[in-house]
Amino acid sequence: MNIVVLVKQVPDSGSERKLDSSDNTVARASADNVINEMDEYAIEEALTVKESQGGEVTVLTVGPGSATDAIRKALSMGADKAVHVTDDAVHGSCAVQTSAVIAAALQQLEYDLVLCGAESTDGQVSVMPALLSERLGIPHLSGARKLTVEGTTVRVERQTDGGYWMLESSLPAIVSTWDTINEPRYPSFKGIMAAKKKPVETKSLADLGVDPASVGLATATSRVLDFAGRPPKGEGVKVADEGDGAEKLVGYLAAQKLV
Amino acid sequence: MLDYRLDDETETLRKVVREFALEVVAPQIGDFYERDEFPTDIVRQMGELGLFGLPFPEEYGGSGGDYFTLCVALEELARVDSSVAITLEAGVSLGAMPIYRFGTEEQKQQWLPRLCAGEALGAFGLTEPGGGSDAGATKTTAKLEDGHWVLNGSKAFITNSGTDLTELVIATAVTGTRPDGGKEISAILVPSGTPGLAVGKRYSKVGWNASDTRELSFTDVRVPEENLVGGRGRGYAQFLQILDEGRIAISALAVGLAQGCVDESVKYAAQREAFGRAIGKNQAVQFMIADMEVRASTARLAYYRAAEKMLRGEPFKREASIAKLYSSEMAMENARYATQVHGGYGFMNEFPVGRFYRDAKILEIGEGTSEVQRMLIARDLGVG
Repeated sequence: MNIVVLVKQVPDSGSERKLDSSDNTVARASADNVINEMDEYAIEEALTVKESQGGEVTVLTVGPGSATDAIRKALSMGADKAVHVTDDAVHGSCAVQTSAVIAAALQQLEYDLVLCGAESTDGQVSVMPALLSERLGIPHLSGARKLTVEGTTVRVERQTDGGYWMLESSLPAIVSTWDTINEPRYPSFKGIMAAKKKPVETKSLADLGVDPASVGLATATSRVLDFAGRPPKGEGVKVADEGDGAEKLVGYLAAQKLV
Repeated sequence: MLDYRLDDETETLRKVVREFALEVVAPQIGDFYERDEFPTDIVRQMGELGLFGLPFPEEYGGSGGDYFTLCVALEELARVDSSVAITLEAGVSLGAMPIYRFGTEEQKQQWLPRLCAGEALGAFGLTEPGGGSDAGATKTTAKLEDGHWVLNGSKAFITNSGTDLTELVIATAVTGTRPDGGKEISAILVPSGTPGLAVGKRYSKVGWNASDTRELSFTDVRVPEENLVGGRGRGYAQFLQILDEGRIAISALAVGLAQGCVDESVKYAAQREAFGRAIGKNQAVQFMIADMEVRASTARLAYYRAAEKMLRGEPFKREASIAKLYSSEMAMENARYATQVHGGYGFMNEFPVGRFYRDAKILEIGEGTSEVQRMLIARDLGVG
């Protein structure tokens, strides 16, 4: 079983995040960059499948040189090897362009199962698995809260607001996972040391046969035109209860269209 | 060439332990502390992270790091809680290290893999009710009879000696008289559950309340002759050897506590308002926090320096004493300041700084009191 996990390095959602005012892209240099939280669940799931079925887990990321930190974390958790696509031309790419790069990288790998987090905490576009499914012509099972592999079949419970769907597909397939699916392990020091010796292959767009002019900010299908900081918190409204506190509260909520 | 940056692997470990401390330890440790309860499950998870095997080679189930890696992990744990940090420190430095350093190959094979995995904990029984730093006061005896050591006596303040994970205690005992008339002291490994070994109740302590500290008594405890750890009559000398590095570990623990005081104070100063503004806007509070950060940073350099000399194989006794003395006293001071920044809430157990305040004091006492450190430093300088 060959499993490829897609990981993305993002600015830590717990610290202050900024856009770069020169081209309105994510300011990575000044941020505390971490592995996208949801991707850790995908890695954990891949390792769990590997532990029960055997096989190999490959981590695939597209990002600047500093994204090696995210790769190192995934390898420390137990992934076997990594492919790091890095090329200055990718800067500012939209989801559609990025999906072409990832698809090209996947086509150079052997995979039965592709796993990824259901969303990233930076862009939150959440379309990557669907785009890849289309480009690669493989089934896409989104938002899994449970996953089992049996032979060449994958079954997932797809989490929805009201419950879940049972989905089944043949392999190869791409599955995106929610944080309800497992509890990611912490890397052990042995794992951290072992990660040092694991192979990380760096690839450029030329290595993937992707035309640099087809990606990047200049030809992106979407871009940020303008942005502004969140307005400061207002004073708030104090409701004094003079026997009609509940009415006043409901009145306020209704005025804000919250009820 | 001077470079005090952590290498990639140590830095990654530091981040992982930080994450673990914040996500796993922080939310539940306050309750264990209030209940005076040992957090067995947290300690097991620390074992799964490989923390108990940090300074040991992989052939014995270790993680293949070094003693400094352990110190970095201790600092990050103590930044959130000292009870789990001291449990790790004692488990490694006092429980497993004597076996690794002085034990026979059989002893290493038998005990180290489980100790490194954190599945088992070892305790070290040195201190007795009648004496701490004074080894000559050892009263516990071990007599060789028919190929067995027979131990009698008692030990006081023994960390990790009565947890669900405890599987052995290494006890120092008088095994005879030296040619010069002094006591011959040896270290003997006693597995938990050996008849005659009585594990006392947990002490009621001022701090470190979620760590396990007990009194042990030995009444005709019989263990095979081969349970001697290291050379006969080498018990105290061996202990002194592991004590020096233990001081660096305690220093790391103190730095963690002191940094935790900074973390909590920065957070509190930003959110607590008085007279219409955050208290952090007041210079009096700013200065207290700045001083706390200065102390934590300089103390960290002191233990890095001691660890660096140790890893290079150079004499590090004086540096270890300096690090231990300075960091424990400044940890106490930071705890006092952090409590002050928190005002009345600093006196409430629900805030971590109250716990830090109670945990800081023992740092000036354990692994050689401040007075012992000053004496050692002066002696090393040739004074007196």
